[in-house]
This record gives sequence, structure tokens and C-alpha cells, in this order.
Amino acid sequence: MLRTFRIGGIHPPENKLSAGKKITGLAIPKQVIIPLSQHIGAPAQAVIKKGDPVKVGALLAKAGGFVSANIHSPVSGKVNKIDNALDASGYKRPAIYIDVEGDEWEETIDRSETLVKECSLSSKEIVDKVAAAGIVGLGGATFPTQVKLMPPPGSKAEIIIINAIECEPYLTSDHSLMMEKAEQILVGVTLLMKAVNVTKAVIGIENNKPDAIARMQQLAKEYNGIEIMPLKVQYPQGGEKQLIDAVIRRQVKSGALPISAGAVVQNVGTAYAVYEAVMKNKPLFERVVTVTGKAVANPSNFLVRLGTPISTLIEAAGGIPENTGKIIGGGPMMGKALISPEVPVTKGSSGVLLITKEESVRKPVYDCIRCAKCVNVCPMGLNPAFLMKFTVFKDWEKAEAGYIQDCIECGSCSYTCPANRPLLDQIRLGKGKVMGIIRTRKS
Amino acid sequence: MENNLIVSPSPHIHGGDSICKNMYGVLIALVPAFLVSLYYFGLGALIVTATSVAVCILFEYLIQKFLMKKEPTICDGSAILTGVLLAFNLPSNLPIWIILIGALAAIGIGKMSFGGLGNNIFNPALVGRVFLLISFPAQMTTWPEVGQLTAYTDATTGATVLSLMNEGALDKLPTLVDMLIGKMGGSLGEVSALALLLGLAFMLWKKIITWQIPVSILATVFIFTGIMHLVNPLQYASPFVHLLSGGLMLGAIFMATDYVTSPMSKNGMLVYGVGIGVLTTVIRLFGSYPEGMSFAILIMNAFTPLINSYIKPKHFGGK
Repeated sequence: MLRTFRIGGIHPPENKLSAGKKITGLAIPKQVIIPLSQHIGAPAQAVIKKGDPVKVGALLAKAGGFVSANIHSPVSGKVNKIDNALDASGYKRPAIYIDVEGDEWEETIDRSETLVKECSLSSKEIVDKVAAAGIVGLGGATFPTQVKLMPPPGSKAEIIIINAIECEPYLTSDHSLMMEKAEQILVGVTLLMKAVNVTKAVIGIENNKPDAIARMQQLAKEYNGIEIMPLKVQYPQGGEKQLIDAVIRRQVKSGALPISAGAVVQNVGTAYAVYEAVMKNKPLFERVVTVTGKAVANPSNFLVRLGTPISTLIEAAGGIPENTGKIIGGGPMMGKALISPEVPVTKGSSGVLLITKEESVRKPVYDCIRCAKCVNVCPMGLNPAFLMKFTVFKDWEKAEAGYIQDCIECGSCSYTCPANRPLLDQIRLGKGKVMGIIRTRKS
Repeated sequence: MENNLIVSPSPHIHGGDSICKNMYGVLIALVPAFLVSLYYFGLGALIVTATSVAVCILFEYLIQKFLMKKEPTICDGSAILTGVLLAFNLPSNLPIWIILIGALAAIGIGKMSFGGLGNNIFNPALVGRVFLLISFPAQMTTWPEVGQLTAYTDATTGATVLSLMNEGALDKLPTLVDMLIGKMGGSLGEVSALALLLGLAFMLWKKIITWQIPVSILATVFIFTGIMHLVNPLQYASPFVHLLSGGLMLGAIFMATDYVTSPMSKNGMLVYGVGIGVLTTVIRLFGSYPEGMSFAILIMNAFTPLINSYIKPKHFGGK
């Protein structure tokens, strides 16, 4: 029996249309738009000004606080302007516009394909390099990686868990990366292990990627302390707390950090970015993005420079199908519906999903019949039907007592509800409100 | 920005489950029991069931259309289900005018008074049944003997397992095999434990319900009556007789598991099921009514809001 997390979960149709497709490079666009807020935490502070020439890999913006990340230029050319630009959230936020000229890289970046395995750097030097490279969690959460690699005083990391779950339907960017960059990923994992001083790492991969499991298992023999763990397919196994539960059978308490269970969780794409940053001096300015959808002509995995408009990616995959109702940044369960195809690819863009008009329209909502299916699928062991009710009635005390703040917004409840109730929509509102109340109480 | 993109929060896909699917799923699960009732009670079973379903739909339609002035939702299948479950809890010789009153109580009092599907506190079909049981005790407690395929109100009635047990005539009970397949007197849908268990298997397979409620009820009744049987086998029937008699199977599998009126957490379901099992056994063994299932379910229905408030699902990272 394969392991999985122990509470709730669903199994939506996987629809991995782009599985097995090679990662293909995408032509560099004429202009890129680089939002200053591509990560959780404070926006980065621009260090260049209008008219400045930049090379690929040049620092554009410095981390704006402890929880923040540097941003580097994905192209060479001239800074056109610093102005507001529409991002994936649908808001206009400050961004750097760069007009592309050629493709000239910073000399410090090692562009060769040679695999570098030996690393003589100390833990601190590795963390510093990761911070300098502007690496954030590439699974989509975009939490600055260096912060996770510096456990708070009093806590001790025991294990690195690599999230190669990719439990969102449709997405295959992590899968394709494992097929093509397995060695680099494994070296990246050893760097992460060294960074937090642990001797054990587990790479969790869902069983619907047998080729990736086989490849990684074969190569991992050469690396001490790295175990590949196939897991039963179950959404949302890529959730940090769910993955820790699945791999080491420990449940992180409400409000606690993963490190309290001794675990540091990093995405597999992040491990690759760490390899490139530490061994190749290459900052994070490009990533693999899946472009997919049932009506898309050529579902693909592209290696994309950040700042490329999503419309460019869709064009390369065969264009926007006529019947498209929604363009989603990310997967169908947790991705964001985009307000325009012109928003740029950012560090957290794992995929672009186009779904049809029919699938985009929600069905009529009925009264709750208390069937408890939402309770059965909630991976946090909550009662979504009640949390929605508490939110509607603004009963924040009961919402907090029902652990609304623990909701990971995976959407399993709304996905399952036979009455089509907008459970997560309401819970999200209530969660924001309750977390605000908790913060004011603490301060 | 000129485009027609739809923007809404995640999740962007839905699993396709619906209220209709669940209601019709339960109806499919009831088919074996209905076939057995046709086999043993013939015409009577057909008339009672058809009448009950038809008037339940009619009352729901009329109340929604003319009293509540909203779009009728009879297509969701819940009124059909209430009709079938009410019929299954009635003797197959019950006159049409009594069924009418029962259906009005079930839909009008049990369901619509509270605002319709999802808002009722008590199982509507059981509200109808208990209303009739109290109003027409004679007609509601005489059951036709099996095998009268063309009889309706003129059917010959006879004793049931529970009435024999209540009178202490344990030696006159039918065999366990007859009880299992349903060859005995009783309400038309409750007689065949085998057919009802088939329905349970179907609902578990289709994930319409979970095992907690039926299993906890049946286990509690089995253990409780088993202990009493060991104490005094002459006065108290064997636990197998209890499991296979009266409305226990129908109640445990189809009535107590009604979504709206049963608890939402797994542990809450177990508390609710044990409560029903204990109350049923107490009424059967020590009460003046031979059967206690309906009352037990209705009493535990009333506790459901309390159970839901205080017995929460097992929380991730909790004890």
C-alpha cells in the first residue's frame, strides 16, 4: 500500500495532457514586464532606473525586507519604464518594463551543460547564494526560499522533504523537469540538505508519474541520504502539511510551522533553481511553464523567461481556442483566473490552463443538505459547510473555534459539493477576517 | 481590456456530483426492497407506493408553487424519495385516504414547514409515519400476510415478528431464513433484510453514504439485545431475530442516514447511531409499542444540531 495523507482528499481527473512532452525553449519577446511583487512578503525595491542597460541575470530589484526576494533581469536590453502593470491577481502593481535587445548574459553565469556535483561552500554561503539568486517556492506559493532555510532559534530541521507531487490536474512542469534535469535536482537536494544540516531527504512523487519515479530512483542510488518515495495519488498531497503527514506521519499543529515537525519542504523546481544558483551562479529568471487545456492544440512544457506575456505562451501552444471561457494561471483547483492574457509569467507561474465556456460557468446553488461530503474530503479536518455558514452570519468566534484559519484553500469542498455551494469563496473571506482578528489580538 | 474572459475564484472545476444524483442513487438502492415487496404483497404494495409517491410530489409542488411562490424543485428527487420511504413504512393494505394524510404530514409538516430540503429537522417520511401511527393505530398496526398478490385493503392480516415478541410468543416466530429474505408480515418495504443490505452495499459503493450510521445502529442493537437474550432467553428473543425484524434494517440503512437530519462528523454519526440503537432496543424490550425504530430516529434527529455543534470532525494536527 502506498502512503498518502491521512485526512480527507479527492481525486479529480488528472488530465495530464502535456505529460511526456519535452521542455522546449520559447523565443524571447520584444518586451518583458517584471512585477516587483512576485513572492509572498514585501515587494522588492528597484535598483535600476529608466534608460539603464541591463544584461541577462542583472539585479533589477533588491529584497524589500526579511520576507522578500531579489529580482533579476531575464533579458538583455534597456529599462523602458517603471510603471504599474496588471498581474495575475487582477490588480495593477509596480513593475519594470524592459525593451529587449539581443541576449547578452552576465559573465559570472556558467552557461555550460556540465553537471557540477562538488560543493565546498558552507551552509551559510549556500543560503546566501540562494537569497542572492532571488529563489522562491516554485510550486506556486512563492515563499522566499532562504527564509525557509533559516529555521527560527530553538527549532531544528531533521529532514528535507522535496515536493514533487504536482497534484494539480493538468500541470506537468515538475514532471518534465524530473525527466530532463534529474541529476541537477538531486545535486540541488544535497545543497538544501547541507544548507539546513540534515543527512536525510525524501522526494515525494505521486504514483501517476512512474517514469519520473523510476528515473529518480535509479539516479538517487548515487546520492547518500536521498530516498524517493512513491505516494498514492490524492489531492491536495502537494499541500505542505499534507505532504509532511504522508511522508513522515507527523501532523503540524494548527498555526505551527513545518519546522515544528522537523521538516523543511521545498518544491522540486526550487531544488533545481538552487542547483543553478549555487553551482552555476544563475539567478532565478526563467522557469518551466505548462500550457494546457482540452481544446489547446499543442499542450506543452515551455522554458520561459520571466516577464513574458502569457499570450506569447498560448500562441506557441496553438493559440486561444474559440470556446475559451477562462484562462487560469496555475492549475484548476488553486490557480487564479486571469483578467487578461497579457499578464506576465512570474516566479510562481507553474502553468497556464485554458478551459471552455461550459466548464467556466458555475452551476446553480441549492440549500445545503448537510450530506457531509465536504467534511469527508477536507484535508484539514474542518467542517466547510459550517464555516461557510459562520462567515455568512459573521460569527467570527465560532469560525475561529472551527479552525477557519487552518483552511489551505485547496477547494476540495467546493469541488465536491452536490449543491454547488461556493464554500471556499465564503471560507476565504471568513479566513481573512479571522486571521485579522487573531493578528490584532496578538499585537 | 477587451475580452470576454470569465474571472472567478478557485476552484475552477467541479466534480459533477449533484443533489439529483444522490437522491436517484438512493432510489436505485431501494429497488431490490421494492421488488421483494411486490413479490410478497403484490397489488397492495404497488398501490400504496404509487399513491404515496404521487401525492408527495403533488403536495411539494402545490406548496412551493402557491404558498412559497417559488420555482418548484420536485426534479431534485427528494419528494419521490420521501414518497417511497413513507410507503415502505406503511402496511400494504392501507387505504388511499390515509396515505394522503400521511403524505401531507410528511411533506407539509416534516419538510416544507422548515423551508424545504436541507432545512428540516426531522426525517419527513418518519414524521408522516408517526403521525399516522398515532392517528390511526389500528390500521397502522395490522399487516397483511405474505402471498396475497391481488389483494389490497381486503387482504387477510396476521401477526408480525415484533407483535409476537411483544406478546412473549417466541415459539411462533418464523425461521431466520424467511426473515432474511422477507417472507413475513410487516410494513411493505421493511421485510427483506437481504434486499435492504443489497441497497446498503450499493450506497456504500457509490459513496452516497458512509458506514458509520448503519453499522453503529445495527451493532448496538445486536449487542444490547444479545446481552438481554443471554440474561433471559425465554423472555428476550435472540439478537439475530431483532436484527432481521421490524423496521430496523430499513431504518438503519435508509431512514437514519438521511443527510439533512443526521450528524456531519464521523464521530457524531457514531454517537447518533449508538443512540438510535439503544433507544430502539429500550422501546422494543421495555416499551408498550412493539417497534421503536421510528421514535428512536426522530429523537436522535432532534439531537443532531447539538451533536453537530459539539462533536466536530477530527481536526488535522489535533488529538
